[in-house]
Amino acid sequence: MATPKTETLSACVDSYGSAVGMPQLCGEWMSNQIFWLVITLLVIFFVLSRIALPRIAAVLAERQGTITNDIAAAEDLKAKAAAAEEAYQQALIDARAEAARIVEATKAEIKADLDAAMAKADAEIADKAKASEAVIADIRANAMASVEEVAKATATELVGALGGKTDEKAINKAVDAQLKG
Amino acid sequence: MASEAKSEGLVFHPMDQFIVKPFFGEGPIEFYTFTNVAFWMVAAIVVVIAIMVLGTSRRAVVPSRSQSIAELAYGFVYKMVEDVTGKDAVGFFPYIMTLFMFIVTANFLGLIPTSFTTTSHFAVTAILALAVFLTVTIVGFVKNGAGFLGLFWVSSAPLPLRPILAVIELISYFVRPVSHSIRLAGNVMAGHAVIKVFAGFAAIATIAPVSVVAIVAMYGLEILVAFIQAYVFTILTCVYLKDALHPSH
Repeated sequence: MATPKTETLSACVDSYGSAVGMPQLCGEWMSNQIFWLVITLLVIFFVLSRIALPRIAAVLAERQGTITNDIAAAEDLKAKAAAAEEAYQQALIDARAEAARIVEATKAEIKADLDAAMAKADAEIADKAKASEAVIADIRANAMASVEEVAKATATELVGALGGKTDEKAINKAVDAQLKG
Repeated sequence: MASEAKSEGLVFHPMDQFIVKPFFGEGPIEFYTFTNVAFWMVAAIVVVIAIMVLGTSRRAVVPSRSQSIAELAYGFVYKMVEDVTGKDAVGFFPYIMTLFMFIVTANFLGLIPTSFTTTSHFAVTAILALAVFLTVTIVGFVKNGAGFLGLFWVSSAPLPLRPILAVIELISYFVRPVSHSIRLAGNVMAGHAVIKVFAGFAAIATIAPVSVVAIVAMYGLEILVAFIQAYVFTILTCVYLKDALHPSH
């Protein structure tokens, strides 16, 4: 392997640079290892205890806090959503009742208007019927008078044409008797 | 030990990867020398800072990928401390997190080919384990006073057995740092050495394919070991700390 060295630097290394026995048991190296180990452990200890561990603890605590807060906020929002749902349902029920009420009121109003209009129309119709009856009675009376007049005139003419004597009194008497017939 | 096999092409130097040497040039190794150990430990610092500080710099409530890694590591160790040691032990969390992050980072950096694995050395793991041992012992006595000795006095056992159990408990207590450190370094070292041995076999053309497959398989296993050993070291630390805080059986 390595060329033989003229002098060995350590009792634990042979002239070829190989270990003599277990290097772990070489006493002259131990002070060096212990020295550097103590330095290393102190440095790591101070870095961990002053910087790293408080920082990680803070991060973990913060995360735990965030999770707890988020869960609480979620519960809160859930409760709010349930309340909103309930309010919505209540509003729906109220609106239905209101709508039914408005329908009722409108119906009643329309009915009242209708009744009033009907009554008015009936009254008008009755008035008109009465007036018409009067006119009809008048017309009928006129018609009877005209018939009498025409009948007398006709009878007079007929009697005249037949060569009879036109006795107005007798003719009227006869016509009246006939009309009463 | 390997130099005798030099005559032929088949040479194993499975332990050479653990040699400590100066990172720049050559020379004697003093305790302050910037060695390959120092380099890979600094690399571990850089990686830990990259993951834990730079990765979380945005502080996002919805984490990015790098922030997720840091949060995962944080949650993993924090939960371990809380579950195993108890809620009153969260004050030790930065300390345990430091151990875990260093070991897991060093283990994974050691898996980079040609890198140096700092956690494969007993000098390193023994210091880690001794630090845990001392912490546990001191905290135990400070928090419970002499009551900490109740850990060795098994009050649920029959009275004649208690002195014997106390001796056993005492021995097992003092063996803890040994097993704690050797478990980590031994696992990491063994895996790296085995990979190196398989790599040595790759020099023979006929077994090279088998060797390469074996290296891949071992490497996969080592990735598992790198994490599991860091986990084991950390959870044992938590268990020992629990003894210190609640010494009653």
